[in-house]
Amino acid sequence: MGTWVMAGVTFREAARKKVLWMALVAGGGFLALFATGMHFQARGIHVPSEAIRHQVLNTSLMMGLYAADLLTVLMTILIAADTLSGEIASGTIHAIATKPITRRQILLGKWIGYVGMLTAYILFLLGGVALLGYILGGATVQHLWSGLGLVWLESIVLLNVTLLCGTAFSTLASGVIVLGIHGVAFLGGWIEQIGAFTHSQGAVNVGIVASILMPSESLWRRAAFDMQSPLMSVLNISPFSTLSAPSRLMVAYAVVYLLVALGLALRRFRLRDL
Amino acid sequence: MDSIEMQRASSRADLAIETRGLGKVFGSKVAVRGLTLEVPRGEVFGFLGPNGAGKSTSIKMLLGLIAPTRGAALVLGSPAGDVPVRRKIGFLPEHFRFYEWLTAAELLGVHGRLYGMTKSKLRARIPELLNEVGLWPHREKQLRNFSKGMMQRLGLAQALLNDPELIFLDEPTSGLDPAGRKLVRDIIRAQRDRGATVFLNSHLLSEVEVTCDRVAFIKNGEVLETRRLGALLEGEVTVTMRTGNLSPETLVSLAQRVSSLKATGDLLTFCTPSMDPLPDIVRFLVNQNVDVYEITPQRLSLEDLFLRIVGADGGL
Repeated sequence: MGTWVMAGVTFREAARKKVLWMALVAGGGFLALFATGMHFQARGIHVPSEAIRHQVLNTSLMMGLYAADLLTVLMTILIAADTLSGEIASGTIHAIATKPITRRQILLGKWIGYVGMLTAYILFLLGGVALLGYILGGATVQHLWSGLGLVWLESIVLLNVTLLCGTAFSTLASGVIVLGIHGVAFLGGWIEQIGAFTHSQGAVNVGIVASILMPSESLWRRAAFDMQSPLMSVLNISPFSTLSAPSRLMVAYAVVYLLVALGLALRRFRLRDL
Repeated sequence: MDSIEMQRASSRADLAIETRGLGKVFGSKVAVRGLTLEVPRGEVFGFLGPNGAGKSTSIKMLLGLIAPTRGAALVLGSPAGDVPVRRKIGFLPEHFRFYEWLTAAELLGVHGRLYGMTKSKLRARIPELLNEVGLWPHREKQLRNFSKGMMQRLGLAQALLNDPELIFLDEPTSGLDPAGRKLVRDIIRAQRDRGATVFLNSHLLSEVEVTCDRVAFIKNGEVLETRRLGALLEGEVTVTMRTGNLSPETLVSLAQRVSSLKATGDLLTFCTPSMDPLPDIVRFLVNQNVDVYEITPQRLSLEDLFLRIVGADGGL
């Protein structure tokens, strides 16, 4: 019962604090921009063959998905960074943690609230990009649900790590730490891509190590690999496509990673003084 | 002995709170040295001490917000922090804060659901409580528009939602105007009248003096003394007397009848266990040809007692 009360409060908090609405408005603006771009690209494109036209529009679609993924990453970290550390610092948590509810229920309730919110956000934003790409440019996303699932997993990895940091650090520090670690993974991902392009195993290994440290970016790259068109997979010419796709083992590792992060967050929150 | 062992060993059903050597160390700083306390059920218990004495840390340990590093505590017969027993506990934190996007009525709804109260019960209880703390006209207002005093009243309301058996009030009159303070006093009395135990931490000794049945004085994380306030207020009297023609022999004789005698010129100060011996003392002095111009008996106030027990430096 307490878990669902906290989940409801967390969801309502986002709505009342206008975070959700602002995110939806900003997401709507993003989709409008994407739709406009797609519309003009689809109408005004002059290429020698239909195959190349299709490739260009698919690249635009992947670019849209890539930007939507970046927005999801930022959204995840921004909404979750303050939830524990902010309430501990302000003393708000005192009135909650003295009620007949365990700390596990408090944290899981918040987690469920954020997962619900992020699921809706991902469906709206990435689903919107996929739909607009299809309607306006005829570009299709391969393995859409697998791709959306992987972006969802990426968001949950970041959510859990942000919550874990929130049990130990201030709001600002939590945000900076998680963004920093994701930045390392992001950079590692690009080093791995370039390594794959230049056939440098050392550079690929750097990317793998970065993914082990934080698997969020590798989940996006796996999602991009699954969602990109077969032709794009063969040509490997777009910055939004993937040359070195993380294996299914890396996805399994990411699932274990997010479960461990949530477990550690629950344990730290249960044991810490408030 | 930990709290579980203490629970097995204790047979004091008459106690709302029982602690044995409860202590907390933060790094190298000792916040609470060893708190040993017994709070009888149905009383208003004042928890007094200077700043940094460990009062708030002690309350947080009793509520399970902070884990003690030593000692044990039972709250309503269960180890401190026990989740089921929290259904019977209300708590007003020192600086009550909550989600400022909620309205007053919604805040009570959230807290009520955390207590496991049904919707129908909350529908009756919320208006009742908002009326009691004078916030009914502001029920639809978001907390971001509340003053500090209004927040404190709302915090008090959420602490009473579940008709608790034990209520912890940490500086409940903080930020309140005189009308608000009177409201707190009335609520505390009403809670005692319905049989609840109130654990009150307050710096305002005058408030404590008129509401508490018993007080504990704490300093450096230890209880220095616990006293019943009724006995205190009916007890020791400090007397100031202006006299003339007082011989040294009379002064020696007077010193045998009173305590803490001091003579500064024609001014005498001394203490008696109650008001009763005063007529005899005056009669004795007059018989010794002492001129008595003025006599002012003063009961010991809680502030006097606080300063005497805790010290004027406040432990700093």
